[in-house]
Amino acid sequence: MRFYNNLTISQKQIVWAWIFLALPVLFYVVIRFYPTANAFVLSFQEWNLLGDRKYVGLENYAKLFSDPVFWKVFKNTFLYLILGTPVSLVLSFIIAYHLDKVRFMHGTIRALYFLPFMTSAVAMAWVWRWFYQPVPIGVFNNFLASFGIGQIEFLSSTTNALPSVLACAVWAGLGFQVIIFMAGLRAIPQSYYEAARIDGVSTWTVLSEITIPLLKPTIVFLVVFSSIGFLRIFDQVFNMTTNNPGGPLNSTKPLVLLIYDTAFNGFNMGYAAAQTVVLFTILLVVSLIQLRLLKDS
Amino acid sequence: MASQDIAVKPFTDALFSGSSRNSRRNMGQFIRWALLFGGGILMIMPIVFMVSTSLKFPFEVYNLNLIPEEPTIENYTYVLEDGRFYRWFVNSLVISIITTASAVFFDALVGYALCKFKFPGRYLVFIAILSTLMIPTEMLVIPWYLMSKSFGWLDTYWGIMFPGVMTAFGTFLMKQFFETVPDDFLEAARIDGLNEFQIWWQVAMPLVRPALAALAIFVFLGNWTAFIWPLIVTNSVEMYTLPVGLSSFGDEVDVAWELIMTGAAISTLPTLVVFLIFQRFIIRGVVMAGLKG
Repeated sequence: MRFYNNLTISQKQIVWAWIFLALPVLFYVVIRFYPTANAFVLSFQEWNLLGDRKYVGLENYAKLFSDPVFWKVFKNTFLYLILGTPVSLVLSFIIAYHLDKVRFMHGTIRALYFLPFMTSAVAMAWVWRWFYQPVPIGVFNNFLASFGIGQIEFLSSTTNALPSVLACAVWAGLGFQVIIFMAGLRAIPQSYYEAARIDGVSTWTVLSEITIPLLKPTIVFLVVFSSIGFLRIFDQVFNMTTNNPGGPLNSTKPLVLLIYDTAFNGFNMGYAAAQTVVLFTILLVVSLIQLRLLKDS
Repeated sequence: MASQDIAVKPFTDALFSGSSRNSRRNMGQFIRWALLFGGGILMIMPIVFMVSTSLKFPFEVYNLNLIPEEPTIENYTYVLEDGRFYRWFVNSLVISIITTASAVFFDALVGYALCKFKFPGRYLVFIAILSTLMIPTEMLVIPWYLMSKSFGWLDTYWGIMFPGVMTAFGTFLMKQFFETVPDDFLEAARIDGLNEFQIWWQVAMPLVRPALAALAIFVFLGNWTAFIWPLIVTNSVEMYTLPVGLSSFGDEVDVAWELIMTGAAISTLPTLVVFLIFQRFIIRGVVMAGLKG
């Protein structure tokens, strides 16, 4: 105690800072940094959990890039991204833009759009899976049948399955995006709109010259946030296609599901680690490109 | 937000006003309102169907009536008496509460230290923690699994919880909010003879309570719905969390949709009820966390 009392104020601050930080720094080193390094190292090894780890150089990566399933999965992952992000962004903007102008029952309507965000992806994947079943089980097909429209194979067709899974994911995330857009809209000073009204500017011009440019930080955030979400899609796919995860014929399988399969069904730890490194690289590149593009324009 | 009287006026005008130009605008306003409301109803249809089906007898499941002809809670008693859902519910609850308490405590502690103490290496620690946001969980699950295996953490509460006891996002969020706490307050407390820990806990923490609440909501919801890591780290039915349990349960009773919907309802309704009670508060929290991130 005497030692502590002899310290200067700034030295005391240093002592306190490290008392506060000791445990967390240990946590980040052991639970975040060491595993990251481990994943990189593992990606150059071959290991099935039982024998020894064996260095194989770039063999895992070579195997990955020559694997047709990987390229199929790669394509699927980007399909989720390039279909999901714009659709959810445009939809949520339209909803937020109009909801911002509505006063009557504003809170209730906002809650209706936000509720799905509070649900668990697994639970809702099962609800949607039920909706997609053929007649007489599925809600959608029953509904269509009541108008005399033929059945649609939602989850069992290789062309329809991916969009069907995606619809559930878009639905679940829409509420969050609406809320963030509305907060962005609220932050635009009313005086800009008043000035535009005095000048007699049309609604479209107001939208394209004032609203959207001033929303850019919100848009950047949501584009990055939602593309990362779609690139990492797993819960919905796994639960909507459990009898054959990623099926039919790998048509819905995203990268994360491939990683899960390789590691925990195939016990190919090194190969799976190489896949995670690829995922990491994709996420990094996509978010850097988007930040760059949206900041420059 | 405008007061309620003003809020209702455009709508009532839309219904009752006569004059031509105004009525056209009000008509537009009414159509906008109706479309938005209809869209909102569509949005909650999956949830409505889930709840309605969980209250139906098996023979009525394929009937698309939203209101069951003979509502029953038999599915709930059946599913809960089976014991597994009850256990999964308790697991999820314990795990979510402990990780939320831990993450909020440590994130605030680190955020405060990085914001209010001047010490060498401060910037480095901050950047190091932030950089972990770029590492996807999926990359870490394999090393975490190996680690859990060698430490005997597989299939334990600690095994499910350890990756989430601190979050980089929360640290960043809390650091941002502690910037708004004036240093004078802390200085005054220092003169009053409080130690640094007491200053943080008794003076600074109460001032960022809204941010703490926002973070708690995010962490709780994240842990309540977490799927991939609990799926990997648990292997006995007793240790499953609700999402993992529901996933396995759904596979097993593939035909009994009313039971699956009951399970889905059990894992979803608690968060929905909490949301409906604290609506305003939660939405504000989401906006706060979303925009600061």
